[in-house]
Amino acid sequence: MRDRKQRLRRTMLFLNAQKPGLLRDPYIYRPDSLILDLEDAVAENQKDAARFSLFHALRSIDYEGCERIVRINGLATPFWREDIRCAVAGGCDAIRLPKTEAAGDVKLIEQAISEAEREFGRPENSTLIMAAIESARGVVKALEICEASERLFGIALSAGDYTRDLHTHITGTGIELMGARQQMLIAARAAGVQCFDTVYTDLGNEEGLREDITTIHLMGFDGKSVINPRQIRPVHEIFTPSEKEIIFAEKVIQEIDDKRAKGIGVFTVDGKMIDVAFYDGAVQTIKLAKASGVYPVTERRAGNGA
Amino acid sequence: MEIMKAAAAGTLESSDCQVVVEKGEGEIEFHLESAVIHQYGNQIRKVVLETLQKLGVSDIRITVIDKGALDCTIRARVESAVYRSVAQTEGIPWGGIVQ
Repeated sequence: MRDRKQRLRRTMLFLNAQKPGLLRDPYIYRPDSLILDLEDAVAENQKDAARFSLFHALRSIDYEGCERIVRINGLATPFWREDIRCAVAGGCDAIRLPKTEAAGDVKLIEQAISEAEREFGRPENSTLIMAAIESARGVVKALEICEASERLFGIALSAGDYTRDLHTHITGTGIELMGARQQMLIAARAAGVQCFDTVYTDLGNEEGLREDITTIHLMGFDGKSVINPRQIRPVHEIFTPSEKEIIFAEKVIQEIDDKRAKGIGVFTVDGKMIDVAFYDGAVQTIKLAKASGVYPVTERRAGNGA
Repeated sequence: MEIMKAAAAGTLESSDCQVVVEKGEGEIEFHLESAVIHQYGNQIRKVVLETLQKLGVSDIRITVIDKGALDCTIRARVESAVYRSVAQTEGIPWGGIVQ
């Protein structure tokens, strides 16, 4: 389960589970994960039909390695239990719980997922959980949410409801999200789970999108929700380590290993001061490069004919 | 299952189909509209009839307006319409007669 929890999730593409035209081939855009939505995208009188559509898509369509996450309806609705039965029976990879405000919310769906796995003969613990945080209370409780279940692989900020709860709105600058982003990220790292940023809704503003992605990448987020396939490439470009970063990370790992053997703690690599504190970051860069398919660098050069 | 009242599911959007079910007259009465009826009419009919058989529905008038739906979409819309006709939205036998 640990490997599945830690997989690469730079992009999560939202799709309305009620729309067959969207469900049939989204993998061609190569997002890391798909979020098949039973919640806000589906009208209240179409919730039942969306489940049948979802179930058959999960059972019939080969999504070619894209992770299949189902966003269920919230715990305040009458829909979420049947959503879980349908998604688990269909064999989804994970359930996304919206409007999570406490550890108890996660534990409640964990129990329903376990029951569904038994009912439909799915392997125990085969269904992971992610929690979307959409309120001030949820942000304050982020750490307990992150630690609520062994199945939970990450938390995600959902800015629409969150900014309303804060009596503000999405400005496009990110200023209204600074506190939540930082607090959620710290909680996720403390608990050892992943953290994902909210969608960027100004579809025509590619410059703004790139600024937003760069900001959350530098903050330390693992990825971002996207609502249009054309948002996938910029996220992947910014989240994939550059050749220069990969080569530097390799040098850092090599030098720390060498110097440690010689009893040297602090030294320089390419003019930058390095000590053992840089080791994990360099390892993480290599891990991300491998997961992104750009490692080792020499192979990429050879593959490009360079 | 027995059709209790007329019900519909699906849309007329591309890649979808609209299915209407009504009480039958002792048998399955199947109507199909599709731009690709000559190429795929038999396949659509086969999927609809197989789905009804799994659901145990043998007395029905069913109309399908196809807009290029995959087999899995046709199954989903037929099942959705049948379950709407009996007003059942919970306790669906996923993986049982719905498969």
